[in-house]
Amino acid sequence: MADFQYLCVSIAVMAVVTYLIRMLPLAAFRKKIKSKFALNFLYYVPYAVLSAMTVPAIFYSSGSVISAAVGCAAAIVLALLEKGLLTVAVCACAGVFVTELIMRLMGAM
Amino acid sequence: MSENIESGTGRDSASRYSRGFRDGLPIALGYLSVSFTFGITAVGMGIPPIAAVLISMTNLTSAGQVAGIGIIAAGGGYAEMALAQLIINLRYALMSLSLSQKLDRKYTLPHRIISAFGITDEIFAVAAGKPCAVSSRYMYGLITLPYIFWAGGTAAGAFLGEILPDYIKSALGIAIYGMFIAIVIPPAKKSRGILFTAVLAALLSCAIYFIPLFGGISSGISVIICTVIAASLGAVLFPRDIGDDGEAENG
Repeated sequence: MADFQYLCVSIAVMAVVTYLIRMLPLAAFRKKIKSKFALNFLYYVPYAVLSAMTVPAIFYSSGSVISAAVGCAAAIVLALLEKGLLTVAVCACAGVFVTELIMRLMGAM
Repeated sequence: MSENIESGTGRDSASRYSRGFRDGLPIALGYLSVSFTFGITAVGMGIPPIAAVLISMTNLTSAGQVAGIGIIAAGGGYAEMALAQLIINLRYALMSLSLSQKLDRKYTLPHRIISAFGITDEIFAVAAGKPCAVSSRYMYGLITLPYIFWAGGTAAGAFLGEILPDYIKSALGIAIYGMFIAIVIPPAKKSRGILFTAVLAALLSCAIYFIPLFGGISSGISVIICTVIAASLGAVLFPRDIGDDGEAENG
């Protein structure tokens, strides 16, 4: 493991860069943006970010693609029913857990 | 609608804080499993447990932290670290820019400088989903529990992760993505623009992931490319009614 100073400076670099990325746009843009394209673009940004981060990464988030697909399906169904964030997340975990339990009992894992 | 009350003058700042605090609970519980996994991963890479906790307390981001401990474990340079964080976390600049349009009039510069630290994908998504302007008290409330659980979960994973069986760790890995799905799908049911943007971003992300030609693109850059293309096309093909004062009429 690298030495203490290297560790501390690395963590400081991570923290400062990440903070500035968040802080500068929030502090600099005091005026309301007028461009309709820009406002629409910014409105759609979070959905694009979350969607791109979820697919396909969700299928590699557990012990097997099959259990992850079951967890993903559970999450989609409950989200379509407009259940809360926590309910959806817990049921996705439960879907993975039960599927992997069955796979293990069948000797598939 | 109850949310409209808080933008009026009738509510004191304590109630706005507690409203944010409550809205932060599901995010915090989602973070617990992810930060726990991060703690386990970091220690597995040879990072001291206390350093893993320090990283979570000063960064508050999942993808950037995972990339960061990989660079530290490999003994990478500071410039590489800065560039990697810049690219992976550049999406926060887009979110901060988006959020800057939604803050109420009393959201002064000092509050912006302090609360900017707490902008994450999920905190942003919840704040952006509010039907009214966002107050600084609400943001502080919203950030409180996720921050505590993010740091606490990392500590638990870093110090206790060894004793947890693999099948539990495996099941916890999907939690954060389940939460993402729960944020995107309900509004996508009501808005064709959101549905289009989310589906397009997912397809582009798969294309970059699976097509060998794009093999050199890291996950952080991939998110930026998908976001810029999908949100731009969404804005062009599904513009919302925006009045002359810059406020959306069907928010």
